[in-house]
Amino acid sequence: MLAGIALTLVSLWYGQNHGLLPVAASNEALLVDGLFNTMMTISIGLFLLVEGVLIIAIFRFRRAKDDTTDGPDIDGNIPLEIVWTGIPAVIVLVIGVYSFDVYSQMGGFDPNAAGDPAVTQVAMTGEGEYGAPLMNGSNPHGGHHHMALGIGASPEKAGQMADLTVDVMGLQYAWIFTYPETGIISGELHVPQGKDVRLKLKAQDVIHAFWLPEFRLKQDAIPGRDSELRFTPTRAGDYPVICAELCGAYHGSMVTRMYVDTPEEFEAWKQQQIASRPDINEVIASLDRPRTDVDYLTPYADDMGLEPEMLRSLHESHTGAEVLTQSL
Amino acid sequence: MTQVDIPASVPAQSSPHAEAERKWTDFFTFNSDHKVIGIQYLVTSFVFYLIGGALATAIRTELATPPSDFVSPDFYNGMLTLHGTIMIFLWVVPAGAGLANYLIPLMIGAKDMAFPKINALAFWMIVAGGALLLSSFWLETPQSGWTSYPPLSLVSGKVGEGIWIFSLLILGTSSILGALNFVVTIIKMRVPSMGIYQMPLFCWSMLAAGLLILTGTPVLAGALILLAFDLLAGTAFFNPTGGGDPVVYQHMFWFYSHPAVYIMILPLFGAISEILPVHSRKPIFGYRAIAYSSMIISFLGLIVWAHHMFTSGTPAWLRMFFMIATMIIAVPTGIKVFGWLATIWGGKIQLNSAMLFALGFIATFVIGGITGVMIASVPFDIHVHDTYFIVAHIHYVLFGGSVFGIYAALYHWFPKMTGRMMNETWGRIHFGLTFVGMNLTFMPMHELGLLGMNRRVAMYDPRFADLNVLCTIGSYILAVSTVPFIVNALWSWFKGKLAGDNPWNALTLEWQTTSPPAIENFEGVPVLTTGPYDYGKTNEALESPSTDTPVLSS
Amino acid sequence: MQGSTIDTAQSPLNYPSEAGGHHEDHPDHRIFGILVFLFAEGMIFAGLFLAYLTFRAVTPVWPPAGTPERELLLPGINTLILIASSFVLHRGDTAIKNNDTKGMRLWFGITAVMGAIFLAGQLYEYSNLEFGLKTNLYASTFYVLTGFHGLHVLFGLVLILAVLWRSRQEGHYSSSSHFGIEAAEIYWHFVDVIWIILFLLLYLL
Repeated sequence: MLAGIALTLVSLWYGQNHGLLPVAASNEALLVDGLFNTMMTISIGLFLLVEGVLIIAIFRFRRAKDDTTDGPDIDGNIPLEIVWTGIPAVIVLVIGVYSFDVYSQMGGFDPNAAGDPAVTQVAMTGEGEYGAPLMNGSNPHGGHHHMALGIGASPEKAGQMADLTVDVMGLQYAWIFTYPETGIISGELHVPQGKDVRLKLKAQDVIHAFWLPEFRLKQDAIPGRDSELRFTPTRAGDYPVICAELCGAYHGSMVTRMYVDTPEEFEAWKQQQIASRPDINEVIASLDRPRTDVDYLTPYADDMGLEPEMLRSLHESHTGAEVLTQSL
Repeated sequence: MTQVDIPASVPAQSSPHAEAERKWTDFFTFNSDHKVIGIQYLVTSFVFYLIGGALATAIRTELATPPSDFVSPDFYNGMLTLHGTIMIFLWVVPAGAGLANYLIPLMIGAKDMAFPKINALAFWMIVAGGALLLSSFWLETPQSGWTSYPPLSLVSGKVGEGIWIFSLLILGTSSILGALNFVVTIIKMRVPSMGIYQMPLFCWSMLAAGLLILTGTPVLAGALILLAFDLLAGTAFFNPTGGGDPVVYQHMFWFYSHPAVYIMILPLFGAISEILPVHSRKPIFGYRAIAYSSMIISFLGLIVWAHHMFTSGTPAWLRMFFMIATMIIAVPTGIKVFGWLATIWGGKIQLNSAMLFALGFIATFVIGGITGVMIASVPFDIHVHDTYFIVAHIHYVLFGGSVFGIYAALYHWFPKMTGRMMNETWGRIHFGLTFVGMNLTFMPMHELGLLGMNRRVAMYDPRFADLNVLCTIGSYILAVSTVPFIVNALWSWFKGKLAGDNPWNALTLEWQTTSPPAIENFEGVPVLTTGPYDYGKTNEALESPSTDTPVLSS
Repeated sequence: MQGSTIDTAQSPLNYPSEAGGHHEDHPDHRIFGILVFLFAEGMIFAGLFLAYLTFRAVTPVWPPAGTPERELLLPGINTLILIASSFVLHRGDTAIKNNDTKGMRLWFGITAVMGAIFLAGQLYEYSNLEFGLKTNLYASTFYVLTGFHGLHVLFGLVLILAVLWRSRQEGHYSSSSHFGIEAAEIYWHFVDVIWIILFLLLYLL
């Protein structure tokens, strides 16, 4: 009994104070963290229970050296078995309902984002010659108005337009962000704090996955399909953007940053981008240089204490350069 | 409690077939004896385990530091692909098949499997498929992960990917042929006195695993055939550029590959259910519950595959359905874990190597089970999918579960297979190193994944460096931990203490014949006089079974 | 284990007094084995069929625009031939159960011819189709599904021919021992059923 109370208290305490998750930068992230804390509480309880029983059994029920007799003949206990079938069943049901609720609040059921769209038909490049899907140039996402996959608007924002929409293109090995309203193209994502942001994800070559750990959001970008992530950043700062689906040799370097700016900072950044829009040939020239592993580590440079200015240049491979040419 | 005392040797056992002696060369030929095949499977798969382990050690060496500095990123992807493929298709699956081959006929009192030649064929296909896969080291390594998702798998090297596909087709066929044997043998070839509820639980779990193999593996074969057409003939089933859909591949792949984790864990669930009662001298707790839970896991295992695709091209309703179905699997799994705990509770536990690994199995598997429920939850899985949290989870299930289970089974049945005991001291050292190494390697990965480290990367953010060093140290301990086992097994095989027929005083049929068993296993058709787990049962209890033990009465 | 006793001095094993049990009849599990194997075979087709249906469902226009029309007459006749052959084959099975080897040979021979006509018809269809393997997704699934099925027909044909070859020997098959015949028949029916589903999916749906 005492052990049970202690176990419950320890679980409750640890479930709230595990400190395992990174900072939560949106309200949706806080919802996920609440769910995780709850699961952590139950998990720690279960973990301690099982390991405790194991350890106690090992010490209490060891066979004495000269004891060759058998243990007691107990081969079942129906009420006990019903209890340990029923309680887990109830627990997973509760977690299931809780998860359902969190998913719904995040916008998982937004009909504009949650449907399974038709695959866009891609124009043939000639009888039988598909070759590699890479660098095919043509954007496979025609003018279809089909629904996207992923996390859409939260229920209270259902049906409303997002404050800012950004087109995200994943390609080996970079993310390219296009702001359709201003025509800004950038290798880093800037979004205004407190605004409803909608990212439209596409992939150029292979499957990528767009992951924002601090926002607990992830969605695959699949060639031929559109998907989206919609969220409201509440905490200013800069956060990693990571590709989470194996996409080739330099998958690990397909990293960039997302800056959550105050609205003023965001406006300033926008103006600066529009003003200093570099000559497209320069951009491509800078992208086309041969790369070494050191270049692939530049996304991490700030963690190594380098100046942020050094990160300014885009860091795509040749693939990136070609796509940029086509999309600009 | 009177003791069930079994004399060391069963009725005057002269080998029933003195003219047909086992020769050591049998192990290197197309031999159709299930015991030979079982050992062939186990030894071969262990060799592949060492190869896969060497790859894992190399991967961890690369990851000891953030930049990509140990091998080239291409080769790194090749290593992780081969590590996953080898560990799954050439180590855990065939090791389970090896145990099944060795044990099923002995446990049910049969002379051999139903189709001994097909059985031998299934084994030699493992060798062929494995050799083909290894040839990729010299030609070109497959580099798109063991999941081999198109379109990446279509553009990362035809030769390597082609080798991977055909190797898997061979290994899959082998697996189907093996499962065919298990299912037919278990259903049709039990001794007449053994009803389905007198069958050892290992047979139940192999029946469940066999049905999963027969249902799932062909669908994987279908996916691989289509992928091969895309790769080699230029069709576009999974290639969006030609109108195909890569997500269909993911569905077909996971329709097999999720059940595959049950195919890999169910045999060991069965083995644990055998080992615990013997070494705690107590009947298994809740025989029918454990038997049924195997079948329920087998069925549910078929309808949860899309939980690997919660961030992929799956609509919301599908994500919710697969979330609930996945979580429900925790219930039958829980029944097993609690049943095992109740089995050892109050028993007379002998902490030998087999038991240590069996208890270690429960201790670590439960962590994998708990994180399994967590990642079934869609909102949380969206955060940790494709991160090191998943890597940690899968290794707690497949290393903390399957590999610990295989070790437990090897220590437990080694005396039966070879007639000799393994060295206890070295067994305990082996357990200690494995347990510490395993937890040190994989526990920090949970935190890495939560913090934001994605999986399958050769280079990573330097802020993760410290935890990665811990993981790498753990992996080196794991690498070292295999040495005492190998030395112990080899030495004991030839020089170990003679075991006698039944060193553990166990009740299942395989212990009632000689060690190692004669070529046709039993002299005549054995007749059961006790249940498989009737430890501590007194004569009176058996003659008038008390009403509060309905579980074993049939 | 109700009613069983444990004598503590005795092994839990009782060997029957008349030891030497390896003379007893080996019950034949081969038919059961074939059924289990065909279940697995069926799962390959099930996987491919479901993949086909998914492609169909997610593609806006199916078959994709520009797929040439296909005539149904030849495949329809082919289908009838294959279905009929199953009944013909079954008469062979009935014949051997009456120890009528000659009749069995006749019916099996006719089935083999019908199977060969089916395969030839399919090859003829392939050579006259206006699309190739790589024309579009529909064409690819069409060729792979029918081709994979065709391989199974071919294998079934080989089984039937093997039965005919072996039956030259007097008394190889009898009313009590005709595993090969049953195996070939079960397999042929399986191939037939798969074709019916395939025909519905690819031609009619």
